Amino acid sequence: MKNKFNVITEKLGFAVLTACLLVVVLIIVIIFTNIIINGHSAISLDFIIKAPTDGMTKGGIMPAIVGTFLVTVITAIFSIPLGMGCAIYLNEYAKQNLFTKLVRISIRNLAGVPSIVYGLFGVILFVQFLHLGTSVLAAGLTLSLMTLPLTITASEEALKNIPMSFREGSLALGATKWQAIRTNVLPYAVPGMLTGTILGLSRAAGETAPILFTGVAFYLPYLPKGVLDQFMALPYHLYIMATQHHDITLVKPIAYGTAMVLIGLVFIMNLGAIILRYRLRKNRKE
Amino acid sequence: MIKDIVIEAKDFNFYYGDVRALTDVNIKIEKNSVTGIIGPSGCGKSTFLRSLNLMNNLILCAKYEGQIFIEGEDILHKDIDVVELRRKVGMVFQKSNPFPKTIFENVAYGLRINGIKDKDLINQRIEESLKGAALWDEVKDRLHASAFDLSGGQQQRLCIARALAVEPDILLMDEPASALDPTATLKIEELIQVLKSKYTIIIVTHNMQQAARVSDYTAFFMMGKLIEYSKTNLMFTNPEHKITEDYVTGRFG
Repeated sequence: MKNKFNVITEKLGFAVLTACLLVVVLIIVIIFTNIIINGHSAISLDFIIKAPTDGMTKGGIMPAIVGTFLVTVITAIFSIPLGMGCAIYLNEYAKQNLFTKLVRISIRNLAGVPSIVYGLFGVILFVQFLHLGTSVLAAGLTLSLMTLPLTITASEEALKNIPMSFREGSLALGATKWQAIRTNVLPYAVPGMLTGTILGLSRAAGETAPILFTGVAFYLPYLPKGVLDQFMALPYHLYIMATQHHDITLVKPIAYGTAMVLIGLVFIMNLGAIILRYRLRKNRKE
Repeated sequence: MIKDIVIEAKDFNFYYGDVRALTDVNIKIEKNSVTGIIGPSGCGKSTFLRSLNLMNNLILCAKYEGQIFIEGEDILHKDIDVVELRRKVGMVFQKSNPFPKTIFENVAYGLRINGIKDKDLINQRIEESLKGAALWDEVKDRLHASAFDLSGGQQQRLCIARALAVEPDILLMDEPASALDPTATLKIEELIQVLKSKYTIIIVTHNMQQAARVSDYTAFFMMGKLIEYSKTNLMFTNPEHKITEDYVTGRFG
């Protein structure tokens, strides 16, 4: 005999959970369809490889793609080594006391700081105090600051997942602490570390607020020639096209097209993270 | 009664924070013998074993007092080179812990971190170590297969081979067969008998019969104290203390 009440609550619970998932999926589907319907007409090869023309009403978004690419590379250069280094120190070397606990809590809290706060901090520190001016470098450094908490937390989690027995086994054979970490912990932790890091970077690539005052330009007739030049970026370009342009209705397809490219770029980065993790995991098994 | 002392603990005390895990342990261990350490769970036998290669130093709140001499050198002295000590005192863990590498690379690991690059020497040591751990015949055709492809017993023998490769003098074994089936256990026990001609072996075991079978000397720990320590046959036939007798006859445990 089945208990009727149990059967009903079981079904109800299942229905509620399914509904939760459906709502989320529905929202994503709506966003994507909307962007694709409105943006697909703008997408063409010229859109990708040409600069904007005619007061940004025609042409492509190539400078914004290049700018976003450059600023993401700079973010990666600073945040990957720094974040991994921090995580290794925190997880492998630091004593587990009140101080490190506070450090860890602070890092997690920093992940929740609004990106505009990072943007303003970047202006003060990099643009003004360090005299980097509004530049790719200043913007990249600001984005690095923003992604560091994510990178550190994800990297530390990856290190935590490596069994103690790997470290002990290595130390018992007469390895020094660093030897044990370098040869028997890091090789297996790096896939996880990189996955978290790339997710952080893909978020950075889509951010507007941190680069707003630190280096991004409304329109530039040339590509940045060095790290101290200003640049155009996809998220900011999208923001301009959607809200700041003098003829918003005219440039609407360009705005949607930009959104498509940006989402595509982020998607490719995330896909890269997944592929990387898969391949490195496979190596680990061998 | 002990001729050639290789390890000697004098008034050794060990604490995890405020909890005392070992109290005034005094023991002398003979060279090229097998010493079994028995006792109920939480009696401090693993703690003692892990003190001999300073593995407990990885635990943050660990504190200790007293002296432990290994080959005449006090390893608790602050100037001791831990890395050097661990090369001399190898360890096999309770849960076999092969690294996620090939069989070859697992055994080569200790050699590589010791800076040995000579390929012929590495090959030779790997063959010797695998033969020493009675694993060579089973893996010689697939040295470059993953260590995870091996059975549980083979994995544990691989860990023994890995420890042998760095040529230690002493081998610590922390319940090396507790996760293995009877056949694999027997193989490990036979191996211990062969290995003792070259190494001093200290083995922690939960299994009284195993201690009786493999060890020359047996140490019985309880509540952090070394209750009794004598030749194995003496301990199992004519124990000095009532509590030892109760334990070895399985009246509690």
